[in-house]
Amino acid sequence: MDSKFKTPFGQFAYSVFAWIVGLTVFFPILWMVLTSFKSELDAVNMPPLFFDFNWTLENYSGILEQSNYFKFAMNSIILSFGSTFLGLIFAVTCAWAMAFNPTKRTKDTLLWMLSTKMMPPVGVLVPIYLVFRDWGLLDTRFGLIMVLFLMNLPIMVWMLYTYFKEIPKDILEAARMDGATLPKEIIFVLLPMALPGIASTMLLNIILAWNEAFWTLNLTTSDAAPLTAFIASYSSPEGLFWAKLSAASTLAVAPILIVGWFSQKQLVRGLTFGAVK
Amino acid sequence: MGAIRLENVKKTFGNIDVIPGVDLEINDGEFVVFVGPSGCGKSTLLRLIAGLEDVTAGKILINDVDMVNESPAKRGLSMVFQSYALYPHMTVYNNIAFGLKMAGEPKAVIDEKVRNAAGILNLTDYLERRPGALSGGQRQRVAIGRAIVRNPAAFLFDEPLSNLDASLRVNMRLEITGLHQELKTTMIYVTHDQVEAMTMADKIVVLQAGRVEQVGKPMDLYAKPANKFVAGFIGSPKMNFIEGDYARARNCACVGVRPEHLLLSTEQGEIAATVKIAEHLGAETYLHVNADNIGPMTVRATGEVPLSGNDRVWLTPDPERIHRFDASGNAISN
Repeated sequence: MDSKFKTPFGQFAYSVFAWIVGLTVFFPILWMVLTSFKSELDAVNMPPLFFDFNWTLENYSGILEQSNYFKFAMNSIILSFGSTFLGLIFAVTCAWAMAFNPTKRTKDTLLWMLSTKMMPPVGVLVPIYLVFRDWGLLDTRFGLIMVLFLMNLPIMVWMLYTYFKEIPKDILEAARMDGATLPKEIIFVLLPMALPGIASTMLLNIILAWNEAFWTLNLTTSDAAPLTAFIASYSSPEGLFWAKLSAASTLAVAPILIVGWFSQKQLVRGLTFGAVK
Repeated sequence: MGAIRLENVKKTFGNIDVIPGVDLEINDGEFVVFVGPSGCGKSTLLRLIAGLEDVTAGKILINDVDMVNESPAKRGLSMVFQSYALYPHMTVYNNIAFGLKMAGEPKAVIDEKVRNAAGILNLTDYLERRPGALSGGQRQRVAIGRAIVRNPAAFLFDEPLSNLDASLRVNMRLEITGLHQELKTTMIYVTHDQVEAMTMADKIVVLQAGRVEQVGKPMDLYAKPANKFVAGFIGSPKMNFIEGDYARARNCACVGVRPEHLLLSTEQGEIAATVKIAEHLGAETYLHVNADNIGPMTVRATGEVPLSGNDRVWLTPDPERIHRFDASGNAISN
């Protein structure tokens, strides 16, 4: 930490600043959770009501009665975990090749992979939609898993590449001298050593896939629809019902929020891995 | 059994000939040291033998079988890396056992071999520790243990001592030499340290720019270097090279004389010189002098010699032990 934070005043100012940033980031989530316990009337009250309203669970019971939350949640789980596991299989092998057997073009390939993430997805919506329609993939879990997997693959490869780069090549060569075949070398030596990195790559990708809304909304209707579609179904067409929408959103983000909370340490460690030695 | 023969082994990286073509014969049970300055291709040559790099051309015969297209594991060699390259997530026991597990040996056999190796290397008390909890010397021993349990045709050592501090290096040098005497297995040892080469080797291979400059017993290389490069590389302090009139008078382009083969006198001699720096080591004294009409030279005198900067001295090369080189640097036989 910078030395100016070490004076008592500096530390105080730093804490205040950190709290402001933290609360600003957290406020929308807090507001969403509060609103989910309000009646529709209280939800749109001016001035906004913070805690002095009639707390009610009717939004939640209404939602659970009206729509099949668990079906959406199950889809979210299948899509995010499915695309992450599929991605891992490809990303581990890609990153292995790039980190330990680089060619002259490896750096370019990595940049090119990342550059695909800079393109707005809407730019390819029509072609992908048409492909999905012709191949019968619309509203299928398989189709969406493929899209989410391909979409997040560059990030997975990049993350794993940076972790693998930290692993001395000698150790893999030692395994090779010890008679390990390539799959054994990866499974018994590389993966255990890169475990923290792999765990944070998995977590980040599960979260990214869970929160992905563009493709999940555009390529599904009901069968494969995840929680993002579940939220969206409460924002139209009869007008906005803030309290119900908030309750739906709370239900949708709760699982991943809890997972993220418990794996916070792992995530932060993973994301700054290599940056601090 | 581990006789290794290299036949015209070549390696190029892109357009660069790292190894332009090496022929070499390593006999069963021999301790061979590859020595040369950094970048001379000695590690590359070792990695070619190990199978960690593919040869561009040529044959590598291990016990008369060409292994060029075999994977490292199939060559039956073990390697000890400079960085030790232990598996950090495994205990010492599992580090040593890994190769045996990969070979599918039964558990009881693995256990016996691992405990046997640990016994030889004084690692029995550390078997349950991870490499992170070991000292540098212990890690090096684990790396050697991992190599010996596989009962290889030959051991390959890639600068195994360069990460250790000086005193530990001397101990490990003796341990490896002792291990060779005990196991009698072929060992190929790569180092840039000519002291290691001289003290450990049965046979030294001096390399420069991927070429074998000379192969021979340590004392042969010391007494009869084939060229100026070998003459300068083997021996410490370095051999003095004298060119110009002094060399012409002896029918050669360059005269080489080792610092220990110069007779030192404060009264008379063949070459007059002024002491620049005197290094007093107790058992011997190194004098860095500036010889008249010749330039800087080094003298190694036995015992303490009470000389210091600016003192005048006279040097006389031992006529039996001077080396003569032609214009292209090759030795002229006396």
